[in-house]
This record gives sequence, C-alpha cells and structure tokens, in this order.
Amino acid sequence: MSRIQKRFEKLKGAGEKALTVFITAGDPDLATTAELILAMDKAGADIIELGVPFSDPMADGPTIQLSSERALAAGTTLPLILEMVKSVRGQTEIPIVLMGYYNPVYLYGTERFAAEAVASGVDGVLLVDLPPEEAEKEGFTLVARSKGLDIISLLAPTSSDERINRALKSGRGFIYYVSVTGVTGARKDVSSSLPEEVGKIMEKSHLPVIVGFGISTPEQAGEVASFADGVVVGSALVKYFENYQGEELKKNVVNFVSSLKAGIKG
Amino acid sequence: MRFPDKQGRFGQFGGRFVPETLMPILLELEKAYGHYKHDREFKDEFAYYLRDYVGRPNPLYFAKKLTLKMGGAKIYLKREDLNHTGAHKINNTIGQGLLAKRMGKKRVIAETGAGQHGVATATIAALFGMECEIFMGEEDIHRQSLNVFRMKLLGAKVTPVTSGTATLKDAMNEAMRNWVTFVRETFYVIGTTAGPHPYPMMVRDFQSIIGREAKLQHERAEGRLPDYLVAAVGGGSNALGLFYPFLNDTDVRMIGVEAAGYGIDSGRHAAPLCAGTVGVLHGNKTYLLQDEHGQIAHAHSISAGLDYPGVGPEHAWLKDTGRAEYVSITDNEAMEGFKILTQEEGILPALESSHAIAHVLKLAPTLPRDKTIVVSLSGRGDKDIHTVADVMGVKLG
Repeated sequence: MSRIQKRFEKLKGAGEKALTVFITAGDPDLATTAELILAMDKAGADIIELGVPFSDPMADGPTIQLSSERALAAGTTLPLILEMVKSVRGQTEIPIVLMGYYNPVYLYGTERFAAEAVASGVDGVLLVDLPPEEAEKEGFTLVARSKGLDIISLLAPTSSDERINRALKSGRGFIYYVSVTGVTGARKDVSSSLPEEVGKIMEKSHLPVIVGFGISTPEQAGEVASFADGVVVGSALVKYFENYQGEELKKNVVNFVSSLKAGIKG
Repeated sequence: MRFPDKQGRFGQFGGRFVPETLMPILLELEKAYGHYKHDREFKDEFAYYLRDYVGRPNPLYFAKKLTLKMGGAKIYLKREDLNHTGAHKINNTIGQGLLAKRMGKKRVIAETGAGQHGVATATIAALFGMECEIFMGEEDIHRQSLNVFRMKLLGAKVTPVTSGTATLKDAMNEAMRNWVTFVRETFYVIGTTAGPHPYPMMVRDFQSIIGREAKLQHERAEGRLPDYLVAAVGGGSNALGLFYPFLNDTDVRMIGVEAAGYGIDSGRHAAPLCAGTVGVLHGNKTYLLQDEHGQIAHAHSISAGLDYPGVGPEHAWLKDTGRAEYVSITDNEAMEGFKILTQEEGILPALESSHAIAHVLKLAPTLPRDKTIVVSLSGRGDKDIHTVADVMGVKLG
C-alpha cells in the first residue's frame, strides 16, 4: 500500500479528513523547506504538496508567482528538490506530492524523473498543465505507473461527466478538485454550489477527493472538510513566506497548520 | 496526411497542455470551429469583412527600384501593411471575432506585444459590440504608447502586466489567468499560431488568405509560382499565412526570419528555431528559449512583436521536416532593412517586417534575375517611429 493510501486509510479509521498543505520548494531555500516539512508533519498536516518552481506559472495567482520567483532566484532545481526530499524521507512517513508544470519534468526526462522521484521518497506528482490525454500521449502515464509514482488528476467546475470519468480512470492516489474557475489564491467565500459539485464526483470516485484553490482560513477548511475527503491550503500559507524568515517563519507556519487542523476537526 | 492530427499535434509538436479548467472549453472551441469552417454563411461573412472592411485583396507589389538596387532576384512585397489597422493581425481577429459571436461570447481578451494584435482585437470588439480587455507587458506599453492609446480609443481596457519580464510572454500568462477565471463568458483571441490546439490551426487557416492571394497574384504577374517566400517569425502567424498554401509546392523555398536581437552568440535574442530547444509553454510543445532545467529564458528583440521565447508548433515541425528554413536577423540589420525600404520604395515597414526585408537584402543579390522572392510586409512602421528615432539618437517632441 502506498503512503498516500495508508494515510487516507488511517484518517478514515479515525473519522478524520486530510489536511494537505502546499509550500514552494526552495522558498526561501531548500534547507528551510526540509525543516518545514518535518515541522508541518508534527503540527498536523497529512499530505505535503511541494511546488516545483517554474518561470511561467500560468495557473497561479500573485502569491505563488512571487514565491516561485524567490525559489528560482535561490537556485532551486528539480534534481535539488528530489535530493532534499530524500534527505527528510528517513525522518517522516508523510506523503509528499510534487506540484508544478510539465516543462521542468519534460526537460529532466519523464522516465528518469519518475524513477528518481520514487527513489527519493516522492509519492505523487500533480502537473497543472498536463491533462490526462497529454500525459498518455507523452508516455508519462505508463512510466509513472511502472515506477509506482501516482499521477494525481485534477478536476474543475467546468469538467463534463465524460472528463470526470476519464480523470477517475487514469488518476491515482487522490482526486484534486479545483474549487473555482481561476488561479490559485486566497478568496473570501467558499462557493455555495461546491458541496454539490464535490458530492457528484465523490459518488463516482473510488479515490479520495480533496478540494483546493481559495481555501485560506481554518473556518473555510472546516466547512469544506465537512463534505470532502480533505482540503488543500496553499496561498494563505505561502503568504507567510513574504513576511517572515528563519525561526519566526517556522513558528508562524506551525501555528497556522495547527489551526487549520483544529478547524478541520471542528 | 493533414496536420495537425486529432490531438492537435504536428509531429511531436503542438498539443493541449493546459489546466483542466480550460480543457472542456478548448474541446468546445474545436468543435465549433470544425463546424463553422465549412459553414457557407460563416465563410461568406468572413470573406465579406476581409473585402469591405479590411480592404482585401491587398496588392502584391513589385519593388522595382529595390530590385534594381540589389541587382538580383525580383522582389515582390505582399502588402499586409495596407490592411485596415496596419498589419496582418486583423485577418485573424475578424475570423475569431465571428466565431466568438456565434459561440455567444460577450467578452474577448487578448495578449499583445507590439500592440498590433491588441489593436486588431479592440477593433473587432468595437465592430461586433463586445467587451474587450487587452493584456500588455509594461515594458511594451512604454515602447508602443501609440498603440496603447489606439486600443483605449477603441473602447478596450488595457491591463499592464508587471510579472516576469513584463513583455509578450508574461502578457500571455496573464491572459491565460484571466481566461481560466472568466472562462465561461470569455473568448480568448490568441494573436499567433501558438497556444493550445485548436489555436495554431485556426489562426493559420484565417491567415492563409495571405498566401492564397499571393499565389494568384504571382501567377498573374509571372505566370508561375515564386521561387522564394520570406517572412518574419515571432509566433509565426504571418509566415504561416504566407507559407501554408504553398506547402505542397515543393519547388517553392520557404524562409522564416527570426529575431537575432544583439546576435545569436550574445544569448540575447528571440530565435528559438535557430538556437532553442524543445519544451512546453503556453499550451503547446515547440522550440523554446530555456535553460537546462526548463525555465523559460528572457527573449530580446528591438521589435516588440518578435520578443517572444517560443514559436508556433507548425513552424517547429516545418523546421524538423526540412520543409522550411529558418534564419535570423539582428536588431541592427533590421534597422538597415527599415531604412533601405523606406528610402528606396517610400514604404515604412514595421520593425517585425524589417527583419524579413533585411534577409531579402542578403538573399536577392545572390540569385539570378529571373528568380522571384515574395516577402511578407506584415505591417506598417508608423507604430515604431519612436523606437527608430531612439536608435537613431533623434529626440521627438
């Protein structure tokens, strides 16, 4: 059983929902990212999503754009991220998913990436601009499967039944539901039609469905977790990286993650 | 076999590398375009606007004085600069505008570099009564203030883009972000033969009026096909528009001219076909300027319209199959092209088109006098007067 499956089994047994947290790998540097993975694990995070910075993040709002720029300025690359994950893998069993854009993976080589990611202790990958049909065409679906790397499928409010079925068929690990049409970033309210949209997918899905984009407070996290298998919080967390560094950053991140977990438990 | 294939690929290039939110909309667009491109009424309306609004056919002008000066092949100019709004861009925006109208979209958005596509989009938005927002890099807004004002006069909202390098690629990122947010009511009018399928195909089809006219006109003037086609390539829409109707005429040589900026060796250029590597950006797989880790590099060209680190996927394919050749022209050479055409023929070319002219100045003297070259004069140079004055050290009031 994969780390992702184990985690969802465990949560299900305890009647809990998954808290997925997103930070950009290498913002402000990879040593900090490594420390924060362990700290967020202790603070109650269930899954870590690590952003692989890209120069042209077309699905991201300003907060994650700036974070990617800081990470790239610090010299962050895909192989260095894999090395960093490897360095923390001995100390934690928290599932780690890399999230980003296809081009850095393509340049690295899809087969080499899948093999080295798994060897480093990465559990899944979520490429925003690689829909299932392109993943297949690129041969990435097959190599990822053969190496045991989960390709996480995204679904959105615009997805038709046909596309929902396709994503459920090709996806592994969990389904990431994009709660709004738009880019990443904090929003004031959770859409009123969200429970129904998520419910429709959960009914069909053998995989857990977690919801991201725009969830920024413990209250919102609690609200969404009441009808989904889990939530993703990204930009609201990444915002701390704009204002804090070192121990102070760590303290703020840990406190925020704890409060999100408390919000989910209600 | 016809390209692209069903998945929007030209060989390995092209495709639909976009967030899931956009996929259903692209599929819907593909379906709508597939229907209307065979629809008699749509085709008639498109032809009507190209004729009575854009002013087509525009001439294929024999540049006799320039030809004599160069002392070689006969030089013909395809006068896209005479189109309404001053460039080839309007051919495509009319087509996409008519499609947007039929798809019931009330709002159009576009990215723009030099501002020509922004102006062409704002123009059809005014004409067809649609709301319009144009995304433009802040650096380009300074370089092309005249076009910014034109867009505003036409009723468009011009949104400055400050992220990244604040040029065309960032404008495209921002347009994509806006599209993904307002996806249901918005039609994204992409200005070149790039982006996710079906855009590269659709833009090529709308622009291929350039080559279809040129073919007929050259036939009338010379009684045969031309020997060479030359066009500037940024994203590549004017070049593909000219090339496409000649693809099966294998005796016709096709040369795309990229921007070499300060020189290919300087590393500061916009020539992905001449000096780039394969990658994925803005929804398609193509040649890009990028580093070994897949981070997109800064492009540079004196011409804002060519200042882009990628290129349309069909050009990538034409390069790899050897059907077309690609060369590059530096900022300085383009300036020479600009001056010579202005002085010899009394025609001010856009700085984009000046790259094509500059290559023709190199090519023509090496060829015998019975050969012909058709060069795409894709736009007029009025918008570039400030840049040209700057380079020449002239202060305009």
